[in-house]
Amino acid sequence: MAEHILMKGNEAIAISAIRNGCDGYFGYPITPQSEVMETLMEEKPWETTGMVVLQAESETSSINMLYGGASCGKKVMTSSSSPGLSLMCEGLSYLAGAELPCVVVNVVRGGPGLGTIQPGQGDYFQACKGGGHGDYKMVVLAPSSAQEMYDFVDLGFDLAFKYLNPVLILADGVVGQMMEKVELKPMKPRWSDEFIKSTFKWATTGKTPDRKQNVITSLALDAAVHERLNHKLQLKYKQMQQEDVRFETFMCDDAEHVIVAYGCMARICENTVELARAEGIKLGLLRPITLFPFPTEEINRLVPQLKTMMSVELSAGQMVEDVRLAVNGRVPVNFFGRLGGIVPSPEEVFEAFKKEIK
Amino acid sequence: MKEEIIIAGFGGQGVLSMGKILAYSGIMQNQEVTWMPSYGPEMRGGTANVTVILSDKKISSPILSNFDTAIILNQQSLDKFESQVKSGGLLIYDPNGITRHPVRKDITVCTIDAVDISANLGNSKAYNMVVLGAFLKKKPIVTLENVIKGLKKSIPERHHSLIPMNEKAISIGMEKVNDINKI
Repeated sequence: MAEHILMKGNEAIAISAIRNGCDGYFGYPITPQSEVMETLMEEKPWETTGMVVLQAESETSSINMLYGGASCGKKVMTSSSSPGLSLMCEGLSYLAGAELPCVVVNVVRGGPGLGTIQPGQGDYFQACKGGGHGDYKMVVLAPSSAQEMYDFVDLGFDLAFKYLNPVLILADGVVGQMMEKVELKPMKPRWSDEFIKSTFKWATTGKTPDRKQNVITSLALDAAVHERLNHKLQLKYKQMQQEDVRFETFMCDDAEHVIVAYGCMARICENTVELARAEGIKLGLLRPITLFPFPTEEINRLVPQLKTMMSVELSAGQMVEDVRLAVNGRVPVNFFGRLGGIVPSPEEVFEAFKKEIK
Repeated sequence: MKEEIIIAGFGGQGVLSMGKILAYSGIMQNQEVTWMPSYGPEMRGGTANVTVILSDKKISSPILSNFDTAIILNQQSLDKFESQVKSGGLLIYDPNGITRHPVRKDITVCTIDAVDISANLGNSKAYNMVVLGAFLKKKPIVTLENVIKGLKKSIPERHHSLIPMNEKAISIGMEKVNDINKI
């Protein structure tokens, strides 16, 4: 039988990084994700797998350390929470522009500003619509359990190297702090230098006489060259939308109403669906696992059978815009959200839902 | 089987670790578990609470507004959570320092004098295990054997010598739990 460990979502991120061949973690502590680096420091992976764990002097430094590590073809990652992610946005834009793979974890807390250390989902726009400057996208994974925190580090690296692009794990304070049973998958060793040299021809692994030097940059002063680079990026984002949309549905087959929720709110809304079903209301749940690429097609498929949809978020209404774009006015799209770090109970969501469909 | 529990008291009483041991015991019994703490400023001296769910099936919401059992270790938590116990549910509290006692008649109410008992044991740190014992007597959702396994998993190995003392505290808690209101 596989080994099951009780751990926090944040601890699962750290343990998964070590077990999935991560080469380097660079971070700066912030609640509610400090356990990521605390766990890494306790585990001392530099003595076992050789993974580097470094507390940088700031989030700005850590994201630029990722730029350096990723340029060498290494599996590098960082984690932070909302205000820290804001500091990293410049770096994320550069990483996307330079086509560098990395995994970034945001355990979201309430904002704006220093906000609160309690859970939030107000960084959806920052994660999915930019944050940094320019026409770039990241694959955004939204875990809703400690197991997914563990699994998405590995998946995140796979996708980051598939697309040569940053992957963001958009968690929240609940998923980070909650302890659950986590199954440890078999270990993956770190990549050898030889493997990296022979596989990632773009990486700056040291020039050899038989090739020109590799240059990693997001700068292209020639307008035509720069437009070509941008078109290439856009093609990647289109490919993400075609190949890597992930979602989960719960009781949607006969649903007349569907709640769309991600992360911790999806777990809570699953209970809401059960409450509604007990009263004979045909409610279902759509949980986007990738927030970009967004499950637009699945919403399209569901709309003809629906009377209403409702987006439930720990925000003032962010993902609801993507739901409305997908629905395109065919059925009413309602919204319920709590702010300031308050997490609603399944009953509270149910009351809000019933008020909207009256 | 599904048991939804809130454990609440002061930071430092072992609320979070009691929840963790209970959750680990559930894993040892092949159950699904979640452990969701209040985190942040309340950890530093204020009230602390943790929601623990043990279930035979996959657990959806880790955040609840009603509980099968409330394990209450201070007045503020009693004031806050008494009304959130499901009708027919269980409320266990330590009467030490409590001036406003529970009033509900539709739930089982029990007391456990865990402060006194752990003081008599000569180890005030066994406090939370006495309370855990009281709970397990009323709701034997995990076996003592699995609790001991859970303890071994949640306590660092260097402290494993303390496990017999913890086991003793659990047994005394089981013996000394008092029914105040039985339904």
